[in-house]
Amino acid sequence: SKNSEEIALFFVYQTSHLLLSASSSRVHTAMDSLIAQLQRQFRDYTISLYHQGFLDDQFTELKKLQDECSPDFVAEVVSLFFEDCEKLISNMARALDQTVNVDYKLVGSSVHQLKGSSSSVGAKRVKGLCVTFKECCDSQNYEGCVRCLQQVDIEYKSLKAKLQDLFNLEQQIVQAGGRIPQ
Amino acid sequence: MARDGGVSCLRRSEIMSVGMESAPLDLDEVHVLAVDDSLVDRIVIERLLRITSCKVTAVDSGWRALEFLGLDNEKASAKFDESSNFREVPVVIMSSENVLTRIDRCLEEGAEDFLLKPVKLADVKRLRNYLTRDVKLSNGNKRKLPEVSDSVHASLPPPSPPLTLSPDSSDSSPPLSPVEIFSSPLSSPIDDEDDDVLTSSSPESLTTPEESPIRRQKMRSPGLD
Repeated sequence: SKNSEEIALFFVYQTSHLLLSASSSRVHTAMDSLIAQLQRQFRDYTISLYHQGFLDDQFTELKKLQDECSPDFVAEVVSLFFEDCEKLISNMARALDQTVNVDYKLVGSSVHQLKGSSSSVGAKRVKGLCVTFKECCDSQNYEGCVRCLQQVDIEYKSLKAKLQDLFNLEQQIVQAGGRIPQ
Repeated sequence: MARDGGVSCLRRSEIMSVGMESAPLDLDEVHVLAVDDSLVDRIVIERLLRITSCKVTAVDSGWRALEFLGLDNEKASAKFDESSNFREVPVVIMSSENVLTRIDRCLEEGAEDFLLKPVKLADVKRLRNYLTRDVKLSNGNKRKLPEVSDSVHASLPPPSPPLTLSPDSSDSSPPLSPVEIFSSPLSSPIDDEDDDVLTSSSPESLTTPEESPIRRQKMRSPGLD
């Protein structure tokens, strides 16, 4: 009878062990599929941002500079870029507020700076708008400048929101224990 | 693209043959002075250089570059002459504008190379490779300081052999490696925008012809406001 007890215990142990791994593997599978789903979303969203011209090659270059030692590099740089946008746009708005005595050199110089930094982070649409904006400054086209300023403002805010969504997705993937697709 | 790459290599092998092999030389240690008035660009170039194993000091203007180099006072400028070791510091220009005439002029005036912005990792790696070949070893183990500059107020060294930093030329600043990189200034009131890479002073100071003698003198120094 001792034997049968041992066998019974052993049997119970094996069964519970099986149950445990079954449930953990179920959880594991659920997690895997969540990660896979998030990764798919991330990939698709990234591709669409390039496709729709929000981002260009240079954004890819920035990602190359990110690693385990600098895991938030891209986020940090774009954050600085958006701060730059805000400051420069504010300067330009102030200059254009002068209406009659607009310092087009100042506006032009700010546009140039904005063009430079947008180019450095891969903000393709913002950069493109800066080209038009610069032309308006050079020809001292007041209406054109005002229009460009509005468009640049909308565009950088739009990009900011989209990149925030992208970074949020990244975070979700990491929190779920997954890797961010390259 | 070193114009006098041969000379530098020769010097290095000369030094090596004098028994410096025994010293623990870190041939890959390059210190770069990066000058850029755009914070975003400064951060990016800093990272690009760090990733390619350079030590980096990033400043936001030509004046700060001079400060860092210990050339920001009268005494320093006086010492800054034909024999100054700064002449061995290579200069590389960075600009967002792809104007061939200007690029050529930069190179004629003594720039080592020209990088078109936005700068990519491959650009910096390429630069790093030939800098490693050309850098002359200074006293001790530290290599010279390449300067990477994108400044509103950039200036170029005169068209002559690069500068060498002498040990006693600047007491307060660290030893420099021989590369400076400048990029075209954003704008200049003197010339039109296309030529602004060649201006060497800040817009507010270089507005009259009388300033040009000063500019000429200042052109000899690496990075100026």
